[in-house]
Amino acid sequence: MRILKVIGLALVGSALAMGSAQAQKKWETVKIATEGAYAPWNFSGPGGKLDGFEVELANDLCRRMGVKCEVVAQDWDGIIPALQAGKYDAIMAGMNVTPKRMEAIQFSRVYAASPHGFGVLKSSPLAKLAGTGEVYHLERDAAQAQTTIDAWKPLLKGKTIGVQGSTVNSAFIEKHFKGVAEIREYKTTEQHDLDLAAGRLDAIFAGHSALAATAEKPEFKDMTIAGAGVSGDVLGAGVAVGLRKGDTELKAMFDKAINEAIADGGLAKLTAKWFTVKMTPQT
Amino acid sequence: MDFAFMGQAFMTLIAGIPLTLQLAFSSVALGAVLALVLAAMRQSGILPLDWFARGYVFVFRGTPLLVQVFLIYYGLGQFRPTLQEWGLWTFFREPYWCALTALTLNTAAYASEIIRGGLQSVPHGQVEAARACGMPRGLLFRRIVFPIAVRQALPGYSNEIILMVKATSLASIITMMEVTGLAHKLISQTFRAIEVFVVAGAIYLLLNFAVTRIVMAVEHWLSPHLRPPPTPIATPPEAAHV
Repeated sequence: MRILKVIGLALVGSALAMGSAQAQKKWETVKIATEGAYAPWNFSGPGGKLDGFEVELANDLCRRMGVKCEVVAQDWDGIIPALQAGKYDAIMAGMNVTPKRMEAIQFSRVYAASPHGFGVLKSSPLAKLAGTGEVYHLERDAAQAQTTIDAWKPLLKGKTIGVQGSTVNSAFIEKHFKGVAEIREYKTTEQHDLDLAAGRLDAIFAGHSALAATAEKPEFKDMTIAGAGVSGDVLGAGVAVGLRKGDTELKAMFDKAINEAIADGGLAKLTAKWFTVKMTPQT
Repeated sequence: MDFAFMGQAFMTLIAGIPLTLQLAFSSVALGAVLALVLAAMRQSGILPLDWFARGYVFVFRGTPLLVQVFLIYYGLGQFRPTLQEWGLWTFFREPYWCALTALTLNTAAYASEIIRGGLQSVPHGQVEAARACGMPRGLLFRRIVFPIAVRQALPGYSNEIILMVKATSLASIITMMEVTGLAHKLISQTFRAIEVFVVAGAIYLLLNFAVTRIVMAVEHWLSPHLRPPPTPIATPPEAAHV
């Protein structure tokens, strides 16, 4: 009888201990998902090893947070549902903060932002899209942005535009070019790059950072960025770490680590290493 | 599970059914023609033709359809200048034709084996009996061998048709917005994977249910000799006198 009592007490005790441990979950390892197909943000190098700006940044942030870091690859179109399902704890995959995504998950502070725009072949008539070299914010420079988009429409009429599905880029193209141009959605940006080069697409719409990285590859030397860069509105408020809504402590840890990385220049160094285009606000 | 949302998802996804069915039935129909040719090549006894058909089946049955779709779409995209020279680029430029090509070539490989099995299962006695009646080769094939072979091959072939309905989902990876493509899109907008995929699965179930019913009806129609003869409706003899 006494033995049973002891066992019973031990069970209750361990259950209590587990309960309290869960209440203030100590983060020892953080599993971070990235896409692995969005150079230079994140990509799979030779042998499938993940590399890129966000993979290095993830390791740097984990070092600052004093946790062990595990970066895994996850297809883009399932990246938010899998976070919610608890397959990993954070997303660092060039994901922009948008109100729509905020309904499902929460974000850390922004760690990078680059404008978005069209990529076309140099030989294409679309290479003359208005505003090349300029960057407009869809809300702050609303008037100029609208004039530019209106100037693009006649040129893009009936053309085929490729975008990666379920991104801010597809949201922008659907908002402004649905019914004007034929829109094709791809699983990865690498795939629409190939189709632009093959001539199946007249233009692609993606982040300038990714377009610039693609144009540097020898097999895409005929590609160029055309027209003004745009940001804001459906294109989101910059790239941040995506987190489950409940994990407020983890959000605080990421915010602190990113702020540190900004303050001591660690982030700027990584940005300079991986990006050729200018990455706007860091503060 | 949010049933109201599932209802909305269903309404969104049914927009993809025409494309799914179009891809499935066009590829099955074209594949069947190609399969007949391949099966005839296997049966011809002409060595080069036989070996070509064997090689074809080996390659297309032995590699994943996903890889074939990628090879035909992205692979051929890299040979654009050559294809343009041959005037084939307008065809391979479109994702629809690439998907249809991949599905057709793939199903032809499987179907040719099913048809070959059907042809070989025709009892020799029936062929000999037909020959003994003096039937020429063409008529023998049309009236004796082909109907029996089709009847034998049908259960196996219905499997293949069902597989093709499901295989169309792979077209979504080359930007085709059929049922699965629309499902992916809806998930990315709503982040609700379970509900959307359950609805997508239910749609494929419904489609395949219809397919199995149709094949069963065809099977019934092709095998009257296996059923007991219908009992004639006996008209009462006095009826005329009433």
